[in-house]
Amino acid sequence: MLQTNLKHVESDEEFEKLIAENENVMICCGRMGPMCLPVYDIMESLQAKFPHVQFRDMDFDGPASHNIKRLPEVRGFMGLPFTIYYKNGQVVQATTSIQTEEQVLGILNRYFARAA
Amino acid sequence: MEEQFDVIVLGGGPAGLTAAIYLGRARVKTLVLDTGTVGGQTVLSFSVANYPGVEETSGRDISQTMLRQARQFGAEVKAYAKIKAVELAGENKVVELQDGSRFVARALIVATGGVPRKLGLESEARLAGRGISYCATCDGDFFTGKPIVVIGGGNSALEEALALTKYASRVTIVHEFDHFQAQPWIVEEVRAHPRIELVMEQDILDFVGEENLQEVVVAHKQTKEITRIEADGCFIFIGYVPNSAAFSAELQLNERGEIITDDNMATSLPGVFAAGDVRQKRYRQITTAVADGTVAALGATAYLEERKAA
Repeated sequence: MLQTNLKHVESDEEFEKLIAENENVMICCGRMGPMCLPVYDIMESLQAKFPHVQFRDMDFDGPASHNIKRLPEVRGFMGLPFTIYYKNGQVVQATTSIQTEEQVLGILNRYFARAA
Repeated sequence: MEEQFDVIVLGGGPAGLTAAIYLGRARVKTLVLDTGTVGGQTVLSFSVANYPGVEETSGRDISQTMLRQARQFGAEVKAYAKIKAVELAGENKVVELQDGSRFVARALIVATGGVPRKLGLESEARLAGRGISYCATCDGDFFTGKPIVVIGGGNSALEEALALTKYASRVTIVHEFDHFQAQPWIVEEVRAHPRIELVMEQDILDFVGEENLQEVVVAHKQTKEITRIEADGCFIFIGYVPNSAAFSAELQLNERGEIITDDNMATSLPGVFAAGDVRQKRYRQITTAVADGTVAALGATAYLEERKAA
């Protein structure tokens, strides 16, 4: 289990329920490694600003991670973490390796922005 | 909204947090602002085994402990601060954030650290996370049984190259000089390793690949002979760039962009100190950053006392 303050996705059932029941979901699939930790921190810091988005992490070596690894969007990814953004159950964006807050915010604002 | 502090510390890495610990303990009202994750480059260290008095731990754990200490001693620490402007020249040092917040202090410590140096090639950015990596411990296992290239010739590059032999079928170290800058025993180990090949005096021309990296193209510095090295992965360790650009108009920097300080971490401006990887020095370790932060905090405290007495 990842030692973060985010909610974790630890099983197929949790993953399927999360995707099925929420419009906006961001999952960061990684380890407790140097390229992953900053992304978890960014997600934690943005939770209050995006209450309509479900922020989760997932252990790259855990039982639910095949749901991410099998995605066509991550084909060719060779840098942790794999971060996936779901809108109504569909993948709208996927990134590989460390991301800055600006990069994450750019994707959140693009796909998960609330209508003014 | 304006808020007054005694000292503002820019940067929440080991230098900045150590300064905050010392300042907080001295009851100096202190604000630490970091534009990213607190911990700086230390967070990127998977394992720290040479920090005296601490058994092997992770960079994140050391950083989190420092953060807790700083806060326990009263320092205010803000991560992901969006800094709009910094004024260093006057008696009052001013930091403005994009949200309109304005912080004023009599002294300021620049501890903004550095970022890993990149080659700056378009193909480097395009293939990042698709074969190009800056962290062997994070991504090494993606390249199990595959050939990789390591670029660089310092301690980090050679240590990571050795670590990557656990996974890779072959490790080719590409370096720009005809000699390494690493410690002699690491160089010896690298030279003796049967699966490490050395390609010296090379310029990196390009990274080739569509979806993933396939080749690293290099050219010999003297003969200009081009070599295409087949590689599924390329790990780049070519040093750091100091985060000092925002201060170049006001502080004296050296030719590498590092802030010049005296032995007390004082910069060319009164009341402005610098600590850690952003300043001119030879050795960049967590321990040297911590030492810098200590000295800068004591220097800033003394500066405030002198001003009070004057």
